[in-house]
Amino acid sequence: MPLKFKKPDSLTDIAMHYCPGCTHGIIHRLVANAIDTLGIEGKTVGIASVGCSVFAYNYFTCDMQQASHGRAPAVATGVKRSLPDRIVFTYQGDGDLAAIGTAEIVHAAARGENITVIFVNNAIYGMTGGQMAPTTLNGQVTLTSPYGRRQQEGHPVRMSEMLSTLDGARYIERVSVHNPAHIIKAGKSIIKAFEMQLRGEGFSMIEVLSTCPTNLKMSPVKALKWVENNMIPFYPLGIIKDGSVKV
Amino acid sequence: MEQKLMKGNEAIAEAAIRAGLKFYAGYPITPQTELPEYLAKHMEKSGGTFIQAESEISAINMVYGAAGAGIRAMTSSSSPGISLKQEGISYIVGSELPCVIVNVMRTGPGLGGIHPSQSDYFQAVKGGGHGDYKMLVLAPNSVQEMYDFTIDAFDIADKYRNPVMILADGILGQMMEAVNLYTPATEKFDKSWATTGTYKKRKHNIINSLYIKPEESETLNKRLQAKYKIMAQNEQRVEIINPDADIMLVAFGIVARVAKQVLDDAKSQNLSVGLIRPLTVWPFPSKAFKTAAKAYLTIELNSGQMVEDVRLEVNGRAPVHFLGKMGGKVLTVDDIMAKLKQIAGA
Amino acid sequence: MKTHNIIISGFGGQGIVAAGRLIAFAGMTDGKKVSMLPSYGPEMRGGFANCHVIISDADIASPIVSQADIVIAMSVPALNKFQPVVKRGGILIVDSHQVTHSDYRDDIRIIKIPATRIAMDKSNVKMSNMVMIGAMISVIGSPSLNSMALSIRDLLPQHMQYLFDIEMEMLEAGMAFEG
Repeated sequence: MPLKFKKPDSLTDIAMHYCPGCTHGIIHRLVANAIDTLGIEGKTVGIASVGCSVFAYNYFTCDMQQASHGRAPAVATGVKRSLPDRIVFTYQGDGDLAAIGTAEIVHAAARGENITVIFVNNAIYGMTGGQMAPTTLNGQVTLTSPYGRRQQEGHPVRMSEMLSTLDGARYIERVSVHNPAHIIKAGKSIIKAFEMQLRGEGFSMIEVLSTCPTNLKMSPVKALKWVENNMIPFYPLGIIKDGSVKV
Repeated sequence: MEQKLMKGNEAIAEAAIRAGLKFYAGYPITPQTELPEYLAKHMEKSGGTFIQAESEISAINMVYGAAGAGIRAMTSSSSPGISLKQEGISYIVGSELPCVIVNVMRTGPGLGGIHPSQSDYFQAVKGGGHGDYKMLVLAPNSVQEMYDFTIDAFDIADKYRNPVMILADGILGQMMEAVNLYTPATEKFDKSWATTGTYKKRKHNIINSLYIKPEESETLNKRLQAKYKIMAQNEQRVEIINPDADIMLVAFGIVARVAKQVLDDAKSQNLSVGLIRPLTVWPFPSKAFKTAAKAYLTIELNSGQMVEDVRLEVNGRAPVHFLGKMGGKVLTVDDIMAKLKQIAGA
Repeated sequence: MKTHNIIISGFGGQGIVAAGRLIAFAGMTDGKKVSMLPSYGPEMRGGFANCHVIISDADIASPIVSQADIVIAMSVPALNKFQPVVKRGGILIVDSHQVTHSDYRDDIRIIKIPATRIAMDKSNVKMSNMVMIGAMISVIGSPSLNSMALSIRDLLPQHMQYLFDIEMEMLEAGMAFEG
């Protein structure tokens, strides 16, 4: 019988440490699939960040660097400017990209660095165990917003919209992995972002709405529903900025 | 050989380019700003990348990325900016990446002032960032040495896969002197560990400092400490004048220049005075302290930092005195002579 | 063995640091050991500027001039700050257009030259530093005029080379001045 479905070549055989129901595994797979599809595994350098995806360097077969918290876009800048013909991506969570690393992502986008950013937004801190993220929704209860997120905790940040105002940002899209149709769509968007980098078009970011059943304290299925019913209304899906060269 | 009148900051920049610097990221701060300015103007011509980063933090992390990609990388700053870089430096050490970091020191704490200081000695030689680590720290005292030491720094960094710091001060950065310019022969270093793309010919390389299992973390730390031991054995550099003198001055950087001037005055007043000038403040040149001096006088532009290392080396064999100055003024010949007379008279 | 410890001082904008750089460059061209230490940072913004220049036959220990053989003062604050550091028997050269009256020490040689006036009359006010350097050279005989010419050529950017003749003229005006 012909093989219909297999692990992408760009993923290693190491068992992932992610919790049951976590969508990091799916997003890793989409990134690896994009690398396979474009045949760029050998010349890709990935930058892992700090957060649950810190061990991403173990899971991709391409060369990897692990960046300090929030600094992945700066590290990626160092790699890409040193080796301009390599493909460089960062894989960052919401705490990493939208809180401690705000300056780095803003200025990498402003410089129009020719890199691809995979931004995983699950509205909560996973690695440290369920604290408020910069993208935690208004009213959402976390360990550090026990009364629900209010004015004094600050309002959630829509990074994609914010970054889209920068001239250096060429392609920004928000996708979700809460059901198979959206997973397929997300995969296509990630491929497009890498293709743009291959063509030297500049900064691209794919924001992926994701789940953290453990810290949302929900079953995996309920967490997917929560993304659909609560996150998507606040973080609308779709292309936010498209400055790509039409091919 | 080509001779040029240059600022210390410019000499470092020119030397770095000639040593093969291909990536620089930095942020403007007095009194080191001429260094990035010079590189902004001249680096592109040599095929390198200059980036004015959004912060010192971003700059050191860009250097991490570039060094991890296997090319020669550098950042520079002055004291408050170096504080911001400490996390990145710790990661660079933990990931065993070679790079050069320049600190043209000004006064602290806090925003401090812009005048020369040596108050980042502890930060440079004892760590500064988190974790058990060492950088090799070179302490030039002339514009020529700013040039020479920078050239050496890149080779030392590559040799040990460890960051090397040039520890200067505001005067050394700002002053102009004649510099003999030369281009070093390029030594080849193995960089098979760099993330340059696998091209499917090898297993992936990982640049990383995370070792979550205690045993693995211990292995890394033991490897680093073994490396530091070798560095301490092989890389001590020191200048010694009058090693048989009764009183040995100990000074580095700009203060050592004033100390040299003191030697002449002391001789004319029948005082037997010598000088130990560490060129590496880490590793500290312990071999220089096997003297029969009756007393040591450590002179620094701080409240007394290197003097602790001097006391460790002298280990009670002779009194170790200290003369310091804080706030940005430099000790004068008169200041030092007065202290010497006091010590000699006691 | 001869060493000249020089301090040049005045307002920011008078070309104090440029003058120091030029003297050091010319000293180097003469084959001497030189150092030049400018003041830097906010105090340069329109305010007080100074630089320390040492020209010597021997290696220079410290670049800091604490006792000056020559002080060039182009403003009242500069004069007040640096007159006291002139060595006994040393030389103080004052821009008498900027400093109209002052209490002068009697154990040093005072040379008053209206450098700003001379520069304004003959070309432009920005050249007063060259007049002051000329006055210094006529007293201490260093750097050589030949090296000064070479250095001016070298330090002037391409688009400002046309200033060479004027700079040399101002230098010579300073050298020829007899108070």
